[in-house]
Amino acid sequence: MSVAVSRTGRQRVTLVRVAIIAVILVGWEALAASGLLFRDVVPSLTAIGAAVARLLVNPDFYGNLGITAAEIGVAMLIGGSAGLAAGILLGANRFLSHAYESLIYYLGPTPKIIFFPVMIMWFGVGPGSKIAMGALSCFFPIAISTASGMRQIDRVLIRVGRSFRATTRQMVTKIYLPAMRQPVVNGVRLGLGVAIIGTLLAETKLSNRGIGYLIIQAYATFDMPRMYALLIVLFVLAIGANALLVRSLAAHT
Amino acid sequence: MTLKVRATSRGGARLLGAVTVLVLIAGVELLIRAGIINRFIVPLPSQILAAIPRIIIEENVLHRFGQTMQEILWASLLLAAVGMSLGALLYRFRILRLACETWVAALAAAPIVLMYPLFLVIFGRSATTIVMIGFVAGLAPVILKTVEGLSGTRRVLIDVGRSFKLSPRQQFWKILLPAALPSVFVGLKLGLIFAMINIVGVEFLINFGGLGQLINELAERYDLPGTYGAICFVILASILFFAVVERLERWLRPSE
Repeated sequence: MSVAVSRTGRQRVTLVRVAIIAVILVGWEALAASGLLFRDVVPSLTAIGAAVARLLVNPDFYGNLGITAAEIGVAMLIGGSAGLAAGILLGANRFLSHAYESLIYYLGPTPKIIFFPVMIMWFGVGPGSKIAMGALSCFFPIAISTASGMRQIDRVLIRVGRSFRATTRQMVTKIYLPAMRQPVVNGVRLGLGVAIIGTLLAETKLSNRGIGYLIIQAYATFDMPRMYALLIVLFVLAIGANALLVRSLAAHT
Repeated sequence: MTLKVRATSRGGARLLGAVTVLVLIAGVELLIRAGIINRFIVPLPSQILAAIPRIIIEENVLHRFGQTMQEILWASLLLAAVGMSLGALLYRFRILRLACETWVAALAAAPIVLMYPLFLVIFGRSATTIVMIGFVAGLAPVILKTVEGLSGTRRVLIDVGRSFKLSPRQQFWKILLPAALPSVFVGLKLGLIFAMINIVGVEFLINFGGLGQLINELAERYDLPGTYGAICFVILASILFFAVVERLERWLRPSE
Protein backbone atom coordinates (compact mmCIF):
# COMPACT_ATOMS: atom_id res chain seq x y z
CA MET A 1 0.00 0.00 0.00
CA SER A 2 1.84 3.08 -1.20
CA VAL A 3 -0.45 5.87 -0.14
CA ALA A 4 1.50 9.08 0.22
CA VAL A 5 1.05 10.33 3.73
CA SER A 6 2.19 13.71 4.93
CA ARG A 7 4.03 14.19 8.19
CA THR A 8 0.99 15.50 10.06
CA GLY A 9 -1.02 12.67 8.53
CA ARG A 10 1.44 10.17 9.93
CA GLN A 11 1.17 11.76 13.35
CA ARG A 12 -2.60 11.43 13.16
CA VAL A 13 -2.28 7.78 12.22
CA THR A 14 -0.04 7.18 15.23
CA LEU A 15 -2.56 8.99 17.39
CA VAL A 16 -5.40 6.83 16.13
CA ARG A 17 -3.34 3.71 16.76
CA VAL A 18 -2.54 4.78 20.30
CA ALA A 19 -6.21 5.61 20.84
CA ILE A 20 -7.35 2.19 19.59
CA ILE A 21 -4.84 0.38 21.79
CA ALA A 22 -5.85 2.53 24.76
CA VAL A 23 -9.55 1.78 24.22
CA ILE A 24 -8.84 -1.95 24.00
CA LEU A 25 -6.69 -1.96 27.13
CA VAL A 26 -9.15 0.10 29.16
CA GLY A 27 -12.05 -2.03 27.93
CA TRP A 28 -10.13 -5.17 28.88
CA GLU A 29 -9.33 -3.88 32.33
CA ALA A 30 -12.96 -2.83 32.85
CA LEU A 31 -14.14 -6.27 31.78
CA ALA A 32 -11.64 -7.90 34.13
CA ALA A 33 -12.80 -5.75 37.03
CA SER A 34 -16.53 -6.04 36.22
CA GLY A 35 -16.85 -9.69 37.23
CA LEU A 36 -19.25 -10.31 34.32
CA LEU A 37 -17.25 -13.30 33.12
CA PHE A 38 -15.99 -16.20 35.16
CA ARG A 39 -13.10 -15.21 37.35
CA ASP A 40 -9.75 -15.29 35.54
CA VAL A 41 -11.19 -15.75 32.04
CA VAL A 42 -10.18 -12.15 31.48
CA PRO A 43 -7.38 -11.56 33.99
CA SER A 44 -6.28 -8.02 34.74
CA LEU A 45 -3.47 -6.54 32.67
CA THR A 46 -1.12 -6.46 35.64
CA ALA A 47 -1.64 -10.19 36.15
CA ILE A 48 -0.89 -10.87 32.48
CA GLY A 49 2.14 -8.56 32.56
CA ALA A 50 3.48 -10.29 35.63
CA ALA A 51 2.91 -13.68 33.98
CA VAL A 52 4.83 -12.57 30.86
CA ALA A 53 7.69 -11.37 33.05
CA ARG A 54 7.70 -14.63 35.03
CA LEU A 55 7.68 -16.60 31.79
CA LEU A 56 10.59 -14.67 30.29
CA VAL A 57 12.86 -15.25 33.30
CA ASN A 58 11.93 -18.93 33.54
CA PRO A 59 14.74 -21.15 32.17
CA ASP A 60 12.22 -23.97 31.77
CA PHE A 61 10.36 -21.87 29.19
CA TYR A 62 13.50 -21.47 27.08
CA GLY A 63 14.16 -25.20 27.24
CA ASN A 64 10.68 -25.90 25.84
CA LEU A 65 10.99 -23.07 23.33
CA GLY A 66 14.25 -24.59 22.12
CA ILE A 67 12.61 -27.98 21.63
CA THR A 68 9.71 -26.51 19.67
CA ALA A 69 12.04 -24.32 17.59
CA ALA A 70 14.24 -27.34 16.80
CA GLU A 71 11.19 -29.38 15.79
CA ILE A 72 9.99 -26.59 13.51
CA GLY A 73 13.50 -26.13 12.10
CA VAL A 74 13.90 -29.81 11.21
CA ALA A 75 10.35 -29.87 9.84
CA MET A 76 11.12 -26.89 7.59
CA LEU A 77 14.34 -28.54 6.45
CA ILE A 78 12.61 -31.80 5.51
CA GLY A 79 9.30 -30.45 4.25
CA GLY A 80 10.91 -27.39 2.66
CA SER A 81 13.56 -29.25 0.67
CA ALA A 82 11.00 -31.85 -0.42
CA GLY A 83 8.61 -29.06 -1.42
CA LEU A 84 11.36 -27.18 -3.26
CA ALA A 85 12.43 -30.30 -5.16
CA ALA A 86 8.84 -31.21 -6.04
CA GLY A 87 8.14 -27.62 -7.09
CA ILE A 88 11.20 -27.42 -9.35
CA LEU A 89 10.34 -30.75 -10.97
CA LEU A 90 6.71 -29.80 -11.55
CA GLY A 91 7.60 -26.30 -12.71
CA ALA A 92 10.20 -27.50 -15.19
CA ASN A 93 8.22 -30.32 -16.72
CA ARG A 94 4.79 -29.65 -18.15
CA PHE A 95 3.90 -33.33 -18.40
CA LEU A 96 4.69 -34.03 -14.74
CA SER A 97 2.83 -30.90 -13.76
CA HIS A 98 -0.32 -32.10 -15.54
CA ALA A 99 0.09 -35.50 -13.95
CA TYR A 100 0.70 -34.55 -10.31
CA GLU A 101 0.13 -30.88 -9.65
CA SER A 102 -3.63 -31.11 -9.22
CA LEU A 103 -3.04 -33.73 -6.50
CA ILE A 104 -0.86 -31.29 -4.56
CA TYR A 105 -3.19 -28.41 -5.31
CA TYR A 106 -6.23 -30.20 -3.90
CA LEU A 107 -4.43 -31.86 -0.97
CA GLY A 108 -2.94 -28.49 0.04
CA PRO A 109 -6.03 -26.96 1.71
CA THR A 110 -7.01 -30.00 3.77
CA PRO A 111 -6.68 -30.04 7.56
CA LYS A 112 -3.29 -31.70 8.14
CA ILE A 113 -3.73 -32.22 11.88
CA ILE A 114 -6.06 -35.17 11.24
CA PHE A 115 -2.98 -37.13 10.10
CA PHE A 116 -1.58 -36.86 13.61
CA PRO A 117 -2.83 -40.28 14.86
CA VAL A 118 -1.12 -41.88 11.86
CA MET A 119 2.07 -39.89 12.47
CA ILE A 120 2.11 -41.09 16.09
CA MET A 121 1.94 -44.69 14.88
CA TRP A 122 4.71 -44.11 12.36
CA PHE A 123 7.09 -41.88 14.31
CA GLY A 124 6.18 -42.39 17.97
CA VAL A 125 4.88 -40.00 20.61
CA GLY A 126 8.14 -38.03 20.84
CA PRO A 127 9.43 -35.17 18.70
CA GLY A 128 9.36 -37.38 15.58
CA SER A 129 5.62 -37.15 15.10
CA LYS A 130 5.67 -33.37 15.66
CA ILE A 131 8.41 -32.91 13.08
CA ALA A 132 6.39 -35.06 10.68
CA MET A 133 3.33 -32.86 11.22
CA GLY A 134 5.34 -29.69 10.57
CA ALA A 135 7.03 -31.15 7.49
CA LEU A 136 3.73 -32.41 6.06
CA SER A 137 2.16 -28.99 6.63
CA CYS A 138 4.88 -26.90 5.00
CA PHE A 139 5.47 -29.17 2.00
CA PHE A 140 2.34 -28.06 0.13
CA PRO A 141 2.61 -24.25 0.08
CA ILE A 142 6.33 -24.41 -0.74
CA ALA A 143 5.83 -26.92 -3.58
CA ILE A 144 2.94 -24.91 -5.06
CA SER A 145 4.74 -21.54 -4.96
CA THR A 146 7.99 -22.96 -6.30
CA ALA A 147 6.22 -24.64 -9.22
CA SER A 148 4.38 -21.47 -10.17
CA GLY A 149 7.58 -19.46 -9.66
CA MET A 150 9.44 -21.71 -12.08
CA ARG A 151 6.79 -21.15 -14.70
CA GLN A 152 6.74 -17.39 -14.22
CA ILE A 153 10.41 -16.92 -15.05
CA ASP A 154 10.73 -14.48 -17.91
CA ARG A 155 11.56 -16.42 -21.10
CA VAL A 156 13.85 -13.57 -22.14
CA LEU A 157 16.08 -14.18 -19.11
CA ILE A 158 16.42 -17.82 -20.02
CA ARG A 159 17.25 -16.95 -23.63
CA VAL A 160 19.83 -14.40 -22.47
CA GLY A 161 21.47 -17.10 -20.36
CA ARG A 162 21.46 -19.53 -23.29
CA SER A 163 22.89 -16.98 -25.70
CA PHE A 164 25.72 -16.39 -23.25
CA ARG A 165 26.21 -20.17 -23.32
CA ALA A 166 25.72 -20.47 -19.60
CA THR A 167 26.28 -23.96 -18.20
CA THR A 168 23.40 -25.69 -16.42
CA ARG A 169 24.96 -24.82 -13.10
CA GLN A 170 25.33 -21.18 -14.10
CA MET A 171 21.76 -21.18 -15.40
CA VAL A 172 20.52 -22.42 -12.01
CA THR A 173 22.59 -20.09 -9.84
CA LYS A 174 22.52 -16.98 -12.05
CA ILE A 175 19.12 -17.17 -13.75
CA TYR A 176 16.62 -19.58 -12.22
CA LEU A 177 17.20 -19.07 -8.51
CA PRO A 178 17.44 -15.25 -8.57
CA ALA A 179 14.37 -15.02 -10.81
CA MET A 180 12.38 -17.35 -8.55
CA ARG A 181 13.40 -15.87 -5.24
CA GLN A 182 10.22 -13.93 -4.63
CA PRO A 183 7.73 -16.81 -5.06
CA VAL A 184 10.04 -19.19 -3.21
CA VAL A 185 10.45 -16.86 -0.22
CA ASN A 186 6.69 -16.34 -0.28
CA GLY A 187 6.16 -20.08 -0.21
CA VAL A 188 8.65 -20.46 2.64
CA ARG A 189 6.80 -17.73 4.54
CA LEU A 190 3.46 -19.52 4.14
CA GLY A 191 5.17 -22.84 4.87
CA LEU A 192 6.73 -21.54 8.09
CA GLY A 193 3.31 -20.31 9.23
CA VAL A 194 1.65 -23.68 8.74
CA ALA A 195 4.68 -25.59 10.08
CA ILE A 196 4.42 -23.60 13.33
CA ILE A 197 0.71 -24.39 13.52
CA GLY A 198 1.15 -28.08 12.67
CA THR A 199 3.96 -28.65 15.16
CA LEU A 200 2.33 -26.76 18.02
CA LEU A 201 -1.11 -28.26 17.53
CA ALA A 202 0.47 -31.70 17.64
CA GLU A 203 2.20 -30.69 20.87
CA THR A 204 -1.08 -29.59 22.42
CA LYS A 205 -2.68 -32.91 21.48
CA LEU A 206 -0.06 -35.30 22.82
CA SER A 207 3.40 -34.48 24.18
CA ASN A 208 5.32 -33.78 27.34
CA ARG A 209 7.59 -31.00 26.06
CA GLY A 210 7.45 -27.86 23.95
CA ILE A 211 5.40 -24.67 23.87
CA GLY A 212 2.22 -26.46 22.81
CA TYR A 213 2.55 -28.66 25.88
CA LEU A 214 3.02 -25.61 28.12
CA ILE A 215 -0.13 -24.01 26.67
CA ILE A 216 -2.27 -27.08 27.26
CA GLN A 217 -0.75 -27.48 30.74
CA ALA A 218 -1.75 -23.90 31.56
CA TYR A 219 -5.25 -24.74 30.31
CA ALA A 220 -5.44 -27.95 32.33
CA THR A 221 -4.39 -26.18 35.53
CA PHE A 222 -6.57 -23.16 34.67
CA ASP A 223 -3.61 -20.81 34.99
CA MET A 224 -5.13 -18.19 32.69
CA PRO A 225 -2.52 -15.43 33.09
CA ARG A 226 0.17 -17.94 32.15
CA MET A 227 -1.82 -19.09 29.12
CA TYR A 228 -2.26 -15.51 27.92
CA ALA A 229 1.45 -14.90 28.48
CA LEU A 230 2.39 -17.99 26.44
CA LEU A 231 0.03 -17.03 23.61
CA ILE A 232 1.31 -13.44 23.55
CA VAL A 233 4.96 -14.51 23.42
CA LEU A 234 4.16 -17.13 20.78
CA PHE A 235 2.27 -14.65 18.58
CA VAL A 236 5.06 -12.09 18.86
CA LEU A 237 7.61 -14.74 17.83
CA ALA A 238 5.49 -16.09 14.96
CA ILE A 239 4.59 -12.68 13.55
CA GLY A 240 8.19 -11.54 14.04
CA ALA A 241 9.58 -14.53 12.10
CA ASN A 242 7.10 -13.83 9.33
CA ALA A 243 8.00 -10.11 9.20
CA LEU A 244 11.69 -11.02 9.13
CA LEU A 245 11.17 -13.17 6.03
CA VAL A 246 9.16 -10.40 4.32
CA ARG A 247 11.90 -7.90 5.14
CA SER A 248 14.64 -10.17 3.86
CA LEU A 249 12.72 -10.37 0.61
CA ALA A 250 12.21 -6.60 0.40
CA ALA A 251 15.88 -5.92 1.15
CA HIS A 252 17.01 -7.90 -1.87
CA THR A 253 14.60 -6.55 -4.45
CA MET B 1 -2.35 -30.51 -34.90
CA THR B 2 -0.14 -29.32 -32.06
CA LEU B 3 -3.27 -28.52 -30.09
CA LYS B 4 -4.50 -32.07 -30.53
CA VAL B 5 -1.15 -33.48 -29.48
CA ARG B 6 -1.16 -31.25 -26.43
CA ALA B 7 -4.66 -32.34 -25.46
CA THR B 8 -3.80 -36.02 -25.70
CA SER B 9 -0.57 -35.54 -23.76
CA ARG B 10 -2.53 -33.73 -21.06
CA GLY B 11 -5.00 -36.60 -20.93
CA GLY B 12 -2.08 -39.01 -20.77
CA ALA B 13 -0.55 -37.04 -17.93
CA ARG B 14 -3.80 -37.11 -15.97
CA LEU B 15 -3.95 -40.83 -16.51
CA LEU B 16 -0.37 -41.16 -15.29
CA GLY B 17 -1.29 -39.23 -12.13
CA ALA B 18 -4.21 -41.53 -11.39
CA VAL B 19 -2.21 -44.65 -12.25
CA THR B 20 0.63 -43.55 -9.95
CA VAL B 21 -1.76 -43.27 -7.02
CA LEU B 22 -3.21 -46.72 -7.74
CA VAL B 23 0.26 -48.27 -8.15
CA LEU B 24 1.38 -46.73 -4.85
CA ILE B 25 -1.65 -48.17 -3.08
CA ALA B 26 -1.10 -51.59 -4.67
CA GLY B 27 2.58 -51.40 -3.72
CA VAL B 28 1.73 -50.69 -0.08
CA GLU B 29 -0.69 -53.63 -0.13
CA LEU B 30 2.04 -55.94 -1.46
CA LEU B 31 4.67 -54.68 0.98
CA ILE B 32 2.32 -55.28 3.90
CA ARG B 33 1.36 -58.74 2.67
CA ALA B 34 5.06 -59.53 2.27
CA GLY B 35 5.59 -58.46 5.88
CA ILE B 36 7.98 -55.60 5.00
CA ILE B 37 5.58 -52.97 6.38
CA ASN B 38 4.12 -53.80 9.77
CA ARG B 39 0.39 -54.34 9.42
CA PHE B 40 -0.19 -53.10 12.95
CA ILE B 41 1.08 -49.69 11.85
CA VAL B 42 -0.32 -49.52 8.34
CA PRO B 43 -3.43 -51.59 7.68
CA LEU B 44 -3.97 -53.18 4.29
CA PRO B 45 -5.46 -50.72 1.78
CA SER B 46 -8.10 -53.36 1.01
CA GLN B 47 -9.06 -53.42 4.71
CA ILE B 48 -9.28 -49.61 4.70
CA LEU B 49 -11.55 -49.74 1.68
CA ALA B 50 -13.67 -52.37 3.39
CA ALA B 51 -13.83 -50.22 6.55
CA ILE B 52 -15.29 -47.21 4.77
CA PRO B 53 -18.86 -48.56 4.38
CA ARG B 54 -18.69 -49.80 7.98
CA ILE B 55 -17.75 -46.39 9.42
CA ILE B 56 -20.28 -44.64 7.20
CA ILE B 57 -23.08 -46.75 8.68
CA GLU B 58 -21.89 -47.44 12.23
CA GLU B 59 -20.38 -44.06 12.99
CA ASN B 60 -23.17 -42.08 11.47
CA VAL B 61 -20.84 -40.27 9.11
CA LEU B 62 -23.54 -38.42 7.22
CA HIS B 63 -24.84 -36.92 10.43
CA ARG B 64 -21.31 -35.87 11.39
CA PHE B 65 -20.77 -34.40 7.95
CA GLY B 66 -23.95 -32.37 8.47
CA GLN B 67 -22.70 -31.17 11.86
CA THR B 68 -19.40 -30.00 10.42
CA MET B 69 -21.13 -28.30 7.50
CA GLN B 70 -23.44 -26.53 9.91
CA GLU B 71 -20.48 -25.19 11.89
CA ILE B 72 -18.87 -24.04 8.65
CA LEU B 73 -22.12 -22.38 7.62
CA TRP B 74 -22.38 -20.40 10.86
CA ALA B 75 -18.73 -19.39 10.63
CA SER B 76 -19.18 -18.26 7.03
CA LEU B 77 -22.25 -16.18 7.88
CA LEU B 78 -20.26 -14.48 10.64
CA LEU B 79 -17.34 -14.03 8.26
CA ALA B 80 -19.46 -12.39 5.59
CA ALA B 81 -21.32 -10.11 8.02
CA VAL B 82 -18.45 -9.04 10.28
CA GLY B 83 -15.58 -9.26 7.79
CA MET B 84 -17.30 -7.25 5.07
CA SER B 85 -18.57 -4.64 7.55
CA LEU B 86 -15.11 -4.18 9.03
CA GLY B 87 -13.69 -3.95 5.52
CA ALA B 88 -16.24 -1.28 4.59
CA LEU B 89 -15.45 0.58 7.81
CA LEU B 90 -11.74 0.64 7.02
CA TYR B 91 -12.52 1.87 3.51
CA ARG B 92 -14.90 4.58 4.72
CA PHE B 93 -12.47 6.01 7.28
CA ARG B 94 -9.11 6.28 5.59
CA ILE B 95 -7.35 7.08 8.84
CA LEU B 96 -8.58 3.81 10.34
CA ARG B 97 -7.29 1.94 7.32
CA LEU B 98 -3.88 3.58 7.58
CA ALA B 99 -3.78 2.71 11.27
CA CYS B 100 -5.08 -0.85 11.15
CA GLU B 101 -4.40 -2.46 7.77
CA THR B 102 -0.92 -3.70 8.73
CA TRP B 103 -2.37 -5.07 11.96
CA VAL B 104 -4.96 -7.06 10.05
CA ALA B 105 -2.23 -8.35 7.73
CA ALA B 106 -0.20 -9.41 10.79
CA LEU B 107 -3.28 -11.15 12.17
CA ALA B 108 -3.41 -13.17 8.95
CA ALA B 109 0.11 -14.47 9.72
CA ALA B 110 -0.64 -15.28 13.38
CA PRO B 111 -1.24 -18.91 14.37
CA ILE B 112 -4.75 -18.13 15.62
CA VAL B 113 -5.92 -21.72 15.95
CA LEU B 114 -3.40 -22.16 18.79
CA MET B 115 -5.70 -19.99 20.86
CA TYR B 116 -8.19 -22.84 21.01
CA PRO B 117 -7.61 -23.54 24.74
CA LEU B 118 -8.56 -19.91 25.38
CA PHE B 119 -11.75 -20.31 23.36
CA LEU B 120 -12.46 -23.48 25.30
CA VAL B 121 -12.33 -21.54 28.54
CA ILE B 122 -14.57 -18.78 27.22
CA PHE B 123 -17.16 -20.75 25.23
CA GLY B 124 -16.86 -24.18 26.78
CA ARG B 125 -16.39 -27.46 24.93
CA SER B 126 -19.17 -26.72 22.48
CA ALA B 127 -19.99 -26.02 18.86
CA THR B 128 -19.71 -22.29 19.65
CA THR B 129 -15.98 -22.68 20.33
CA ILE B 130 -15.49 -24.44 17.00
CA VAL B 131 -17.53 -21.88 15.06
CA MET B 132 -15.72 -18.95 16.71
CA ILE B 133 -12.27 -20.35 15.89
CA GLY B 134 -13.30 -20.92 12.28
CA PHE B 135 -14.63 -17.38 12.14
CA VAL B 136 -11.55 -15.71 13.66
CA ALA B 137 -9.20 -17.81 11.52
CA GLY B 138 -10.89 -16.70 8.29
CA LEU B 139 -11.47 -13.06 9.22
CA ALA B 140 -8.28 -11.37 7.98
CA PRO B 141 -8.54 -12.25 4.26
CA VAL B 142 -12.20 -11.16 4.13
CA ILE B 143 -11.39 -7.75 5.64
CA LEU B 144 -8.30 -7.20 3.49
CA LYS B 145 -9.97 -8.22 0.23
CA THR B 146 -13.08 -6.12 0.96
CA VAL B 147 -10.95 -3.01 1.49
CA GLU B 148 -8.95 -3.83 -1.62
CA GLY B 149 -12.08 -4.29 -3.72
CA LEU B 150 -13.79 -1.13 -2.48
CA SER B 151 -10.74 1.06 -2.99
CA GLY B 152 -10.17 -0.44 -6.43
CA THR B 153 -13.52 0.89 -7.70
CA ARG B 154 -12.96 2.77 -10.95
CA ARG B 155 -13.07 6.53 -10.56
CA VAL B 156 -15.47 6.78 -13.53
CA LEU B 157 -18.09 4.65 -11.77
CA ILE B 158 -17.92 6.77 -8.64
CA ASP B 159 -18.25 9.95 -10.75
CA VAL B 160 -21.27 8.51 -12.57
CA GLY B 161 -22.89 7.92 -9.19
CA ARG B 162 -22.09 11.48 -8.15
CA SER B 163 -23.55 12.93 -11.32
CA PHE B 164 -26.77 11.03 -10.60
CA LYS B 165 -26.67 12.59 -7.14
CA LEU B 166 -26.80 9.27 -5.34
CA SER B 167 -26.92 9.44 -1.57
CA PRO B 168 -23.86 7.94 0.18
CA ARG B 169 -26.00 4.93 0.98
CA GLN B 170 -27.06 4.45 -2.64
CA GLN B 171 -23.49 5.09 -3.73
CA PHE B 172 -22.37 2.21 -1.54
CA TRP B 173 -25.05 -0.32 -2.49
CA LYS B 174 -25.33 0.54 -6.19
CA ILE B 175 -21.77 1.43 -7.15
CA LEU B 176 -19.08 0.52 -4.63
CA LEU B 177 -20.27 -2.88 -3.46
CA PRO B 178 -21.03 -4.34 -6.91
CA ALA B 179 -17.65 -3.10 -8.15
CA ALA B 180 -15.89 -4.64 -5.15
CA LEU B 181 -17.67 -8.01 -5.34
CA PRO B 182 -15.07 -9.93 -7.39
CA SER B 183 -12.40 -9.11 -4.83
CA VAL B 184 -14.78 -9.70 -1.91
CA PHE B 185 -15.56 -13.18 -3.25
CA VAL B 186 -11.87 -13.99 -3.42
CA GLY B 187 -11.59 -12.96 0.23
CA LEU B 188 -14.62 -14.99 1.23
CA LYS B 189 -13.29 -18.01 -0.61
CA LEU B 190 -10.00 -17.81 1.28
CA GLY B 191 -11.80 -17.16 4.56
CA LEU B 192 -14.12 -20.13 4.05
CA ILE B 193 -11.24 -22.48 3.30
CA PHE B 194 -9.33 -21.31 6.40
CA ALA B 195 -12.51 -21.70 8.44
CA MET B 196 -13.06 -25.25 7.16
CA ILE B 197 -9.48 -26.36 7.88
CA ASN B 198 -9.58 -24.94 11.40
CA ILE B 199 -13.06 -26.24 12.19
CA VAL B 200 -12.19 -29.83 11.27
CA GLY B 201 -8.84 -29.51 13.06
CA VAL B 202 -10.37 -28.20 16.28
CA GLU B 203 -13.08 -30.88 16.18
CA PHE B 204 -10.25 -33.39 16.19
CA LEU B 205 -8.28 -31.61 18.90
CA ILE B 206 -11.10 -31.07 21.40
CA ASN B 207 -12.84 -34.32 20.49
CA PHE B 208 -16.19 -32.68 19.86
CA GLY B 209 -18.59 -32.36 16.96
CA GLY B 210 -18.43 -33.80 13.49
CA LEU B 211 -15.84 -35.28 11.18
CA GLY B 212 -12.72 -34.30 13.15
CA GLN B 213 -13.98 -36.08 16.25
CA LEU B 214 -14.65 -39.24 14.26
CA ILE B 215 -10.93 -39.62 13.51
CA ASN B 216 -9.99 -38.97 17.13
CA GLU B 217 -12.46 -41.55 18.39
CA LEU B 218 -11.43 -44.27 15.98
CA ALA B 219 -7.75 -43.61 16.72
CA GLU B 220 -8.36 -43.84 20.46
CA ARG B 221 -10.15 -47.15 19.94
CA TYR B 222 -7.08 -48.24 17.95
CA ASP B 223 -9.37 -49.16 15.08
CA LEU B 224 -6.62 -48.86 12.45
CA PRO B 225 -8.52 -49.50 9.21
CA GLY B 226 -11.31 -47.29 10.58
CA THR B 227 -8.89 -44.43 11.39
CA TYR B 228 -7.25 -44.56 7.97
CA GLY B 229 -10.63 -44.86 6.27
CA ALA B 230 -12.01 -41.90 8.21
CA ILE B 231 -8.96 -39.82 7.28
CA CYS B 232 -9.50 -40.68 3.62
CA PHE B 233 -13.15 -39.72 3.97
CA VAL B 234 -12.35 -36.36 5.60
CA ILE B 235 -9.71 -35.61 2.97
CA LEU B 236 -12.23 -36.36 0.22
CA ALA B 237 -14.87 -34.23 1.94
CA SER B 238 -12.51 -31.27 2.28
CA ILE B 239 -11.34 -31.59 -1.32
CA LEU B 240 -14.99 -31.61 -2.37
CA PHE B 241 -15.65 -28.55 -0.21
CA PHE B 242 -12.63 -26.77 -1.67
CA ALA B 243 -13.69 -27.59 -5.24
CA VAL B 244 -17.27 -26.43 -4.63
CA VAL B 245 -16.15 -23.14 -3.05
CA GLU B 246 -13.79 -22.52 -5.95
CA ARG B 247 -16.49 -23.21 -8.53
CA LEU B 248 -18.95 -21.04 -6.64
CA GLU B 249 -16.49 -18.17 -6.51
CA ARG B 250 -15.83 -18.43 -10.26
CA TRP B 251 -19.54 -18.69 -10.97
CA LEU B 252 -20.49 -15.72 -8.80
CA ARG B 253 -17.72 -13.50 -10.05
CA PRO B 254 -19.14 -11.31 -12.81
CA SER B 255 -17.23 -11.78 -16.04
CA GLU B 256 -14.82 -8.92 -16.49
